[in-house]
Amino acid sequence: MPKVVDNIQIGPMVWKMRVEIPRLVKKAKAGQFVILRVNETGERVPMSIAGLDRENGLLTIIYQVVGKTSALMTTIPDGGEISDTVGPLGVPSHVDNWGTAILVGGGIGIAPIYPIAQAYKEAGNKVITIIGARSKEFIFYEDEHKGVADELHICTDDGSYGHHGFVSDVLKQILDSGEKVGMIMAIGPVPMMRVVANLTRDYKVPTWVSLNPLMIDGTGMCGGCRVQVGDETKFACVDGPDFDGHKVDFDTLTKRLGAYKEQERAAMKHFIAEPGCRLAPAVEGFKYPDEK
Amino acid sequence: MTKDLKNLPKKERMEIPRVKMPEQDPTERIHNFREVPCGLNEEQAMLEAARCIECKKQPCVSGCPVEVDIPGFIKLILDKDFAGAARKIKETNALPAVCGRVCPQEEQCEMLCTLGKKFKPVAIGYLERFVADYERENNLVQAPKVAPATGKKVAIVGSGPAGLTVAGDLIKLGHKVTIFEALHKPGGVLVYGIPEFRLPKKIVQAECDAMADTGVEFENSTVIGKMDTIDELFEQGFDAVFIGTGAGLPNFMGIPGENLIGVYSSNEYLTRSNLMRAYDFPNNDTPIIHGKNVAVLGGGNTAMDSVRTSLRLGADNAYIVYRRSEAEMPARIEEVHHARQEGVQFHLLTTPIRFIGDDQGKVKAMELLKMELGEPDASGRRRPVPIEGSNYIMDVDLVVVAIGNSSNPLIPRTTPGLDVNRWGNITVNEETMETSRPGVFAGGDIVTGGATVILAAGAGKKAARAIHKYIMEKK
Repeated sequence: MPKVVDNIQIGPMVWKMRVEIPRLVKKAKAGQFVILRVNETGERVPMSIAGLDRENGLLTIIYQVVGKTSALMTTIPDGGEISDTVGPLGVPSHVDNWGTAILVGGGIGIAPIYPIAQAYKEAGNKVITIIGARSKEFIFYEDEHKGVADELHICTDDGSYGHHGFVSDVLKQILDSGEKVGMIMAIGPVPMMRVVANLTRDYKVPTWVSLNPLMIDGTGMCGGCRVQVGDETKFACVDGPDFDGHKVDFDTLTKRLGAYKEQERAAMKHFIAEPGCRLAPAVEGFKYPDEK
Repeated sequence: MTKDLKNLPKKERMEIPRVKMPEQDPTERIHNFREVPCGLNEEQAMLEAARCIECKKQPCVSGCPVEVDIPGFIKLILDKDFAGAARKIKETNALPAVCGRVCPQEEQCEMLCTLGKKFKPVAIGYLERFVADYERENNLVQAPKVAPATGKKVAIVGSGPAGLTVAGDLIKLGHKVTIFEALHKPGGVLVYGIPEFRLPKKIVQAECDAMADTGVEFENSTVIGKMDTIDELFEQGFDAVFIGTGAGLPNFMGIPGENLIGVYSSNEYLTRSNLMRAYDFPNNDTPIIHGKNVAVLGGGNTAMDSVRTSLRLGADNAYIVYRRSEAEMPARIEEVHHARQEGVQFHLLTTPIRFIGDDQGKVKAMELLKMELGEPDASGRRRPVPIEGSNYIMDVDLVVVAIGNSSNPLIPRTTPGLDVNRWGNITVNEETMETSRPGVFAGGDIVTGGATVILAAGAGKKAARAIHKYIMEKK
């Protein structure tokens, strides 16, 4: 079983886990993902790759506590184990030299744009990175992004850090400034990716988004991850996870992501109620976004 | 009694009625996932074995894709040597407990049984299952004899029936065998596809454990084509590669509304329930939609597995919607019979033309069209033709699309020089199962398209013979 080297909290409900899995790390490329299963009764969950330490064979995953599986992940101690890790899955992000490329990362999406920024930079691009979150304590990876990006913009919805506003506001300013941008890649919550794609459509700048629908096997076998892209139905696991943001049907994606909302909540409640639950720190104050 | 049976004149043997398989009562079994047929007891098995008249021609053997010595193992049952009978089967079939349950015997060995001309054929499948279960449950499974090590290494991609058969045969010949499996558990379709009530997972696990004990190495959670390519396996020192990755790429209807919540492929529905044990949520974390009005599209075994699963998950109405008539259904008669017993409603000569959703994006109904049978098509079955104006609406809150699979392109895409046909199936020499790439062999659904467990096992046997020859002759 893969060893969890360390697993630390880096923000409210945001955790960073490093897993030792050299064979996978050797093969993985920016933009791909892995599927994890925490324990014998666990579900299979896709996770973006948030960093690859090839020298030490370490895979970095950044995750947010949104339900039972992610809550369970926080209980794995440093030096502990995770039941299964499979990957690398999906098609690596398309990397080319477009001159200037913009990476937009929102919320937990701040993580997976980091290895893609590295790849864009290595390909010779001028890399402009925009990261944003609700407030200051949700911003992470600032130093990492600083180390790669030619320009780094930070936004918070409440103005507690950096630019007061959304990532799309900063993106619009850059596009309006006359900077010639060859490629935009946006990863984050679906509403953010939708706003970015709608904005850049008018500017006719090619825009990729990385989608994270529900999955089981991750090899094309189940079709659970299907997304509507233009006239076609695509499987995010084998055709994606990156798609042309101007063609993605975000509405269907949003609905499908909520397919098991009630069951997920029941599972979380059931879990929190378990006697001897070691999760107190991770689930204390846990709320769903629409809960008061 | 034993002696009496053996000395019984042929005529009297023939007149013994075919055994009836004891089954869980339909009203009870639709509330659980336990196996439906309960298996024979010793007496029933011996009485059934006595029905074999030991005819000279042995047509049953030629009806078996892996040529099990059927009269031979039946004779051992009469001798009360049940474990010996199981070993006799295992000389040619690595998976008797599986095949005894899921093989379509009525189209193979039993169809050709001499007794069947006048009476009902010998229940070969029931007997196969009986001896395999007897051997396993009484801990009489013996590790097969393994030839001295050859120093050759073979990689097997996929741990379904084809891959397991190749592994079982090659390990006995003294080769090192590693099976790469994409999922976290070995068994392929036997684990993710076939439900517990038809094939208990502990049986598949026991078969895999037995292979591991013989020395077969299992590398689960390893996707060949992503982690390593076929070429990289050769670089790592494997002398030959067998591809048995199955037909895993589900077909959809291509009609409006197919991406609504509550429209599953049968692969997804069954994988959630079987592999991920979603029927035991929340003790297992994977959720599944519990439909009240469930329509399963298709007429094959997978459709029957899906519709019967939906009943066990609490459906009030479970429908099979199939565009041809019952005569054309590819499912085993036994499966259709079991489904009917359990209360499945059949909408035959019917096809959906669109799915209708609610404002949350969940399926709530579908529009159907009645069909009639026209001229035979390429498959020899009469082609269904729509009846104009026959549209009607059916309320559904769950739809399972079970209309077959296409071949998964992961390996062909990452293996230069590997030829596939226009459906994406890997092309092979049918005698040796060798592909267009020397040293690369393939078998099972990835070659044939969706077929049966035993045909995959048969392909595995051929491939194992050819791989052995190839690696022993290779310089």
